[in-house]
Amino acid sequence: MTPDPNSLYGPLDPAPEAGWSQAPPRMGFFTDTSVCIGCKACEVACKEWNDVPTSGLDLLGMSYDNTGALTANSWRHVAFVEQPRPAGHRTPPFAGNPTDGSVSPASAAVAAGTGNPTGTDPGVPPGDPDAAARMAAGPEFLGMPGSQPPGRTGTADGRSDFRWLMMSDVCKHCTHAACLDVCPTGALFRTEFGTVVVQEDICNGCGYCIPACPYGVIDQRKGDGRAWKCTLCYDRIGAGKTPACAQACPTESIQYGPLEELRERAAARVATLHERGVPEARLYGHDPDDGVGGDGAFFLLLDEPEVYGLPPDPVVTTRDLPKMWKRAGLAALAMAAAAVAAFVGGSS
Amino acid sequence: MTSDQPVGDRFRQFRDRVDGGGQPSGGPGGEGAVSRRRGGRRGGEELRVPEAEFVSYYGRPIIKPPVWKWDIAAYLFTGGLAAGSSLLAAGGQLTGRPALRRAGRVTALAAIGASTAFLIRDLGRPERFHHMLRVAKPTSPMSMGTWILAAFGPAAGVAAVAEAAPLLPAGGLLGLGGRVLPPIGRVAGLAAAATAPALATYTGVLLADTAVPSWHEAYPELPVVVAGSALASGAGVGLIAAPAEQAGPARRMALAGAALEVGAASRMESRLGLLAEPYRTGRPGTLLRAGRVLTAAGTVGALAGRRSRVLSVVSGAALLAGSLATRFGVFHAGLASARDPKYTVVPQRERLGRRPKTTAVAAD
Ligand code: SF4
Ligand code: SF4
Repeated sequence: MTPDPNSLYGPLDPAPEAGWSQAPPRMGFFTDTSVCIGCKACEVACKEWNDVPTSGLDLLGMSYDNTGALTANSWRHVAFVEQPRPAGHRTPPFAGNPTDGSVSPASAAVAAGTGNPTGTDPGVPPGDPDAAARMAAGPEFLGMPGSQPPGRTGTADGRSDFRWLMMSDVCKHCTHAACLDVCPTGALFRTEFGTVVVQEDICNGCGYCIPACPYGVIDQRKGDGRAWKCTLCYDRIGAGKTPACAQACPTESIQYGPLEELRERAAARVATLHERGVPEARLYGHDPDDGVGGDGAFFLLLDEPEVYGLPPDPVVTTRDLPKMWKRAGLAALAMAAAAVAAFVGGSS
Repeated sequence: MTSDQPVGDRFRQFRDRVDGGGQPSGGPGGEGAVSRRRGGRRGGEELRVPEAEFVSYYGRPIIKPPVWKWDIAAYLFTGGLAAGSSLLAAGGQLTGRPALRRAGRVTALAAIGASTAFLIRDLGRPERFHHMLRVAKPTSPMSMGTWILAAFGPAAGVAAVAEAAPLLPAGGLLGLGGRVLPPIGRVAGLAAAATAPALATYTGVLLADTAVPSWHEAYPELPVVVAGSALASGAGVGLIAAPAEQAGPARRMALAGAALEVGAASRMESRLGLLAEPYRTGRPGTLLRAGRVLTAAGTVGALAGRRSRVLSVVSGAALLAGSLATRFGVFHAGLASARDPKYTVVPQRERLGRRPKTTAVAAD
């Protein structure tokens, strides 16, 4: 079989490319953040089903997020953003209720340094205090809600508009998965459903997949030493069941199904939202022409991707690998030539 | 695992830190009033690109920094050293400079042994190191590197063992060994040298083939930087070990290595823009500056010290130290660029901005 010209970059159906004949349709997630209520049922269901260790319960201090990031011990992460900005022309949240002036950029800056004992490496590394402060800065200072319930001490005059963004993040099961490309043991493999899974009996914890992932998903479990991430419940979907997170999601924010179908559904949902006056709704990771050839798990977002901790324009690093090998070959030739010249170039 | 910490403890600590003094004080001034706590550490010349405004998820990094420890940085050095010294050894072998040959072969074996140890030590599951040999994947520079190492290591080992031939007694089975070893060593030495350039340069691809912004975008230059650094360190070995009349090639190798390394590194830094910042600031900046000074000094010393054994040895040591500093500097610059979301978001935003048709819907 000749390799697909798009085997490193561009639109592609990954399962047949990986050698599966008669592969079932590619399966994936569509996570519609516009209906997410931040209940974290997905995080819990995932831990229960996949026997994922605990990863810390405490809040991180910047929002109602106590998970911080996707790690080896959190395969779903509910990002939680409290934004000091008017919620468009819709009814502002908490209309009629005074909200308490909550904590300032200073607190967000401090929170950026809060760690999370996830039991993984690098886990949830500290952030940049300046950038965190910018997140909380706005017309009014809102960050972590104060110790008082909203409205307890505030006045109607001091009320400010803000919105909550919640998003259940997960491994994107990229069409061109850098983690899989760079894995030197073959522990990471492409399933017949087009998803990307680590074989725990093969992984030797070399750690290469971790900086290769453009989304910062895969991570190493301390003590155990191996890399872990979402399997899109390979065991469940193989048995015709829905992945645990999608099964548990009470609002159908997480939808599981054949990717083709999900893409259609997502496009319709965006159109509906635009009609209803939510112009900021946009899809992320749905496009087979993007830098990773489209994600198997894609999202409907209500703000720029980086607000949720997603890269705005991810590109699979192996897109440039042929060029890298070429540069290395040239450098190797230069090195050999320099060595030869050093020995023949003089008499002393 | 985390149960020894009562629930709520972390948040209480956080609240204390917010209330307590000495923290970045936001005040009503907003973002501008937040103290730039890293400002003081940026030593050296002020090369700050104007602070880029970007959005992030509470300042948290987007990609995960590598989990590789110092042993991988050390491996970058020892792998290059092994490659450089085996080239030196082969040159010595072919041009009748036994001191270069001997020193090169012995160093190559020691360095490749150390490399293997560093690599295995860094694994999360060291006892599974042989899983690397299950597959050969051109898309994985680490897999390719494993096979290069597997080709280089035994060849370098045999070449080094052959150096023991003169120590063997003349008669008997050992005597036979003493007679067959040198020719075997010659073949092995050449085989090692033939693999050496690949061994040295693939590490540039190893680093570049990641999402780490300052490594990935540096992919055209990184293999040249590591190749130059490997030559310089190999030359350092020659300068330390060989008497003046044999050290000529090592001096020229030092010059070539330094030229490649410094040339590629400065090209890289001038091309990368914002992504050059991690190479210039903080600890990696200091390491890389030190590396450059040491390499330059070592090269000058090597060229000037033709007659002085002491100056040659000092220059050789400077070249080795320079190569070591450069490797650690490049390694830590990558970590720094992964840890700050700025280096992930800003270049990607710029890339999106340059794209002709944009499908993005404005946020508000
Ligand atoms: S590269 Fe990252 S997001 Fe893509 S499949 Fe691998 S771990 Fe998941
Ligand atoms: S850590 Fe495991 S899964 Fe990741 S690249 Fe290494 S062997 Fe593959």
